Amino acid sequence: MELILALAIGVLAGAGIWLLLRPRTFQVIMGLSLLSYAVNLFIFSMGRLNQNMAPVIVDGVLLEVAEYADPLPQALVLTAIVISFAMTALFLVVLLAARGLTGTDHVDGEEGSDG
Amino acid sequence: MSLVLIVLLPFIGSCLAALLPANARNWEAWLAGLIALACVALSLSHLGVISEGEVVRYQLAWAPEYGLDLSFRMDAFAWLFSLLVSGIGVLVVLYARYYMSPEDPVPRFFSFLLAFMGAMLGVVLSGNLIQLVLFWELTSLTSFMLIGYWHHRADARRGARMAFTVTATGGLALFAGMVILGQVVGSYELDDVLAAGDLVRAHSSYHWILGLVALGALTKSAQFPFHFWLPRAMAAPTPVSAYLHSATMVKAGVFLLVRFWPVLAGTEAWSLIIGGAGLATLVIGSFLAIFQHDLKGLLAYSTISHLGLITLLLGIGTPLAAGAAIFHILNHATFKASLFMAAGIIDHETGTRDLRLLGGLWRSMPITASLAMVAAGAMAGVPLLNGFLSKEMFFAETVQVSGGLNWGLPLLATLAALFTVIYSLRFIHQLFFGTLSPELPRTPHEPPHWMRLPIELLVLVCLVVGVLPALTVGAPLHLAVVSVLGDATPDYSLSVWHGFNLPLIMSLIALGGGVLVYGLLERFRPINTLEKVPLLHRFDGQRGFERVLMGLTALAGRINRRLTSRRLQVQLMWLVLAALVAGLLPSLRGVANFRELPIAIDPAFAMLWLIGGVCAVAAAYQAKYHRLAALALLGGAGLVTCVTFAWFSAPDLALTQLAVEVVTTVLILLGLRWLPRRLEPQELGIRASLRDRVRRFRDFLIALATGGGMALLAYLVLTRETGDSIAEFFLQRALPEGGGTNVVNVILVDFRGFDTLGEIAVLGIVALTVYALLRRFRPAPESILLPQQKDDPDTYTPAEDALRGDTMVPGLFMRALMPVLMVMAIYLFMRGHNLPGGGFVAGLVMSVAIILQYMVGGTVWVEENLPIRPHIWIGSGLLLALFTGLGAWVFGFPFLTSHSPHPVLPLLGEVPLPSAFLFDLGVFLLVVGATVLMLIALGHQSVRSHRTWLTLKASEGAADNNRKGALPWN
Repeated sequence: MELILALAIGVLAGAGIWLLLRPRTFQVIMGLSLLSYAVNLFIFSMGRLNQNMAPVIVDGVLLEVAEYADPLPQALVLTAIVISFAMTALFLVVLLAARGLTGTDHVDGEEGSDG
Repeated sequence: MSLVLIVLLPFIGSCLAALLPANARNWEAWLAGLIALACVALSLSHLGVISEGEVVRYQLAWAPEYGLDLSFRMDAFAWLFSLLVSGIGVLVVLYARYYMSPEDPVPRFFSFLLAFMGAMLGVVLSGNLIQLVLFWELTSLTSFMLIGYWHHRADARRGARMAFTVTATGGLALFAGMVILGQVVGSYELDDVLAAGDLVRAHSSYHWILGLVALGALTKSAQFPFHFWLPRAMAAPTPVSAYLHSATMVKAGVFLLVRFWPVLAGTEAWSLIIGGAGLATLVIGSFLAIFQHDLKGLLAYSTISHLGLITLLLGIGTPLAAGAAIFHILNHATFKASLFMAAGIIDHETGTRDLRLLGGLWRSMPITASLAMVAAGAMAGVPLLNGFLSKEMFFAETVQVSGGLNWGLPLLATLAALFTVIYSLRFIHQLFFGTLSPELPRTPHEPPHWMRLPIELLVLVCLVVGVLPALTVGAPLHLAVVSVLGDATPDYSLSVWHGFNLPLIMSLIALGGGVLVYGLLERFRPINTLEKVPLLHRFDGQRGFERVLMGLTALAGRINRRLTSRRLQVQLMWLVLAALVAGLLPSLRGVANFRELPIAIDPAFAMLWLIGGVCAVAAAYQAKYHRLAALALLGGAGLVTCVTFAWFSAPDLALTQLAVEVVTTVLILLGLRWLPRRLEPQELGIRASLRDRVRRFRDFLIALATGGGMALLAYLVLTRETGDSIAEFFLQRALPEGGGTNVVNVILVDFRGFDTLGEIAVLGIVALTVYALLRRFRPAPESILLPQQKDDPDTYTPAEDALRGDTMVPGLFMRALMPVLMVMAIYLFMRGHNLPGGGFVAGLVMSVAIILQYMVGGTVWVEENLPIRPHIWIGSGLLLALFTGLGAWVFGFPFLTSHSPHPVLPLLGEVPLPSAFLFDLGVFLLVVGATVLMLIALGHQSVRSHRTWLTLKASEGAADNNRKGALPWN
């Protein structure tokens, strides 16, 4: 499982970075989304992979910490998901406005060398 | 405490002065004058303590662990200086009241003047090295502001910049020197430093300290080779020249040298650097002063040369010379300030400062002329005036240290004194004698009496001190000398007549020789006819200064061009590479002690990520030309991520990711409408150039390396045991202290509630920004026309669409679905504290319910039937979360402390009702508001642009425009 998830993170990050370095704004927004998947999974995996043990406490049951999923990375990732949503929304609107204003969807706002 | 007041009062006054109306000359003068007087009185109030040889101290702990305290210290020397600064301050304020014209914006002038006074007093009274440097730089700053006071004049701007560049650079050097000095001594307190002279002189860093401190002092006191800024600073209003650039600020440099004389002086390097600079400045300055045609320029070079004399005295290194230096500081301040003021009056009355034009002023302004002549006499060192006394002491010292065959120093000293006599004579002769030139811009007459009063007082001091030195300045000077030199204080006598000795002969040679040479010059080669200074006109320094500045600017530009780029791709590439290196270095160390764990592979999970990986790579491949396909593929990768969260025991994440995925996709879909289509190269018949291919290959390698690195890093971490985690803390306390069993939610709304508050604030700001950006949104012109699929006259027109919705059957379904979704949202919200759910995901579900209506129901119809005000939701959500946090204050707990009461309600029984619940409600409201606002703002563009489309369609060019859509960048 660990190997698969590590590879998955690698593929998502690689695809994201590739798009991040492209010249078109829409490519960059896609790249940022893919990269944030990768990073969220990476942060999440810092709590290690646990199956069938959610961080929901059953009242009255004696606590044994090792029996729960690590709640901390989850809380961090939850925040990250919402913030990357906000970032995507803002970037999308900036992208649209820039396309309207400059007449190009190049990230520099002018047609440079195409890549 | 009154020490703090002396420094603080001028700053308070500075703030007040800035607030007065622009033409309140009298008010400003009263304010500034009274504050300066108060500083004089406060200084005098310490007379009793000072005269007993005590030191007044005041300390206020600020950052004691770094040795940084607010520390003020007044010994007799500092006391004398603070009297000088505030006393001359009073006179300058009085003078400035009459000097400044009604058109000048006086608040700025008096505000900076007072700020300077405070800064200068701060330098003088600082008991801490760092604090001293701070005030030191403040004097440079206020000096900059005052030189550039008439900022409409180019020479004022240039002079201000030059003065600031030179003195502030010196200030930085001084700062470095002070830091080293403090490190060597082990304390930044002046008392400790003054007591550690032997330690410092023997230390290996001594030369660094000396060099850096000398740089600071020599730049500030305009010593060769940094003297060139002072003549250019004469663009300042004359009160500023009299105050800052003759009596006080330029004295800060020599003040510093005197202050640290017990610590740094007495070595060969000290005599070489300080004495050398002083001697060069003395001779060069006095020589250059002879040939100045500008009245203030002459006085500026004279100031430079007198400062050189003081520096030389300090550089000589004997205690007696240091005492003479202190004496000359006072004498120079009195006669030079009065000369500047006289120059200002002449400028004021005649309208010019050009010595070649001026002449014969004796008849039109006899009183001012007599005063100026006495002051000039003091400058030249005429007996029975104060300048004579310190000059005699100076001569005596030069004789004392030279002796034997080495007569260079006394010779040069006599030569400089001779030059001084020449320029003083020229000053007197050209201004007041001869004939009154008819070319003068104004007809001169005596100034108002109050304007002349400061000069009268200063000249009186020159006279009284010159005649009765021991009775007048004897006592305070002795105290000051003792406070600096301590036990090393030599015997000296302050009397006018020391008998017929060598110094007197030198004085006589200088006086007689000066008169003779001036007479000869006037007869055979009048100075007025000389265009530039003979021999030394290259010692101007300006050209060198400008060359250095231009070189620096060019260098900075070159570095900037070499190392930076304005192109985003280049910047991002370096960012990625830096992250790659930073991440790779530590993980390579991890590979070394790599431990293999049994790898279990679940085929279903492997299959899942096979799909996910293909989606991600395909999205990357398609994002340029097939945006919709890329978006769908991105959604695929997102869904797989979402399933992964669920798979590994993170139901909250899975829920939130799912909801966010939906909203993001809808949002980008709405945006895609306004991105014109991009034609593929095949359609356009273009082939990618070799450079493009190379770049793509390079980026591919970077992506491969980064992806591989991330995978490696993740694998290394995943196959390792967990270390100590703080998870235990949250797991154990979530229920008893947070009142909830869903630990993730409790962390978000309770333990880390402040983070969440910040996060929802960001979300709200983003939503409002999106809204604001879209209010004046101009879409790409090619995308305004209706899409092909819609551009059919048989179907609904866009206006009808907006009114009724596009499709009727799904519309009805969605309308029915809305309450269900809302109940779902409420359900997720209510259970969030104990089971997966919570404000975020509930808010997203709620906004999906609303946007679904927009998508199928028609914008106009929905808005008529579903009054939703997203701004209000955002505001109330944020306020609710904030006030829940603030509520803790009412009960005396810190911000956002939660409380979970369990009230017993009728019918429902005991209900847990933690305050975090209210906080989560705030999150819910804000998320709904923000998301809906963004979606609606974008969705509304269709309604807006349809209007544009209608007008476009009405005009004939519509069809042409449609075809124009096929441009290469589409």
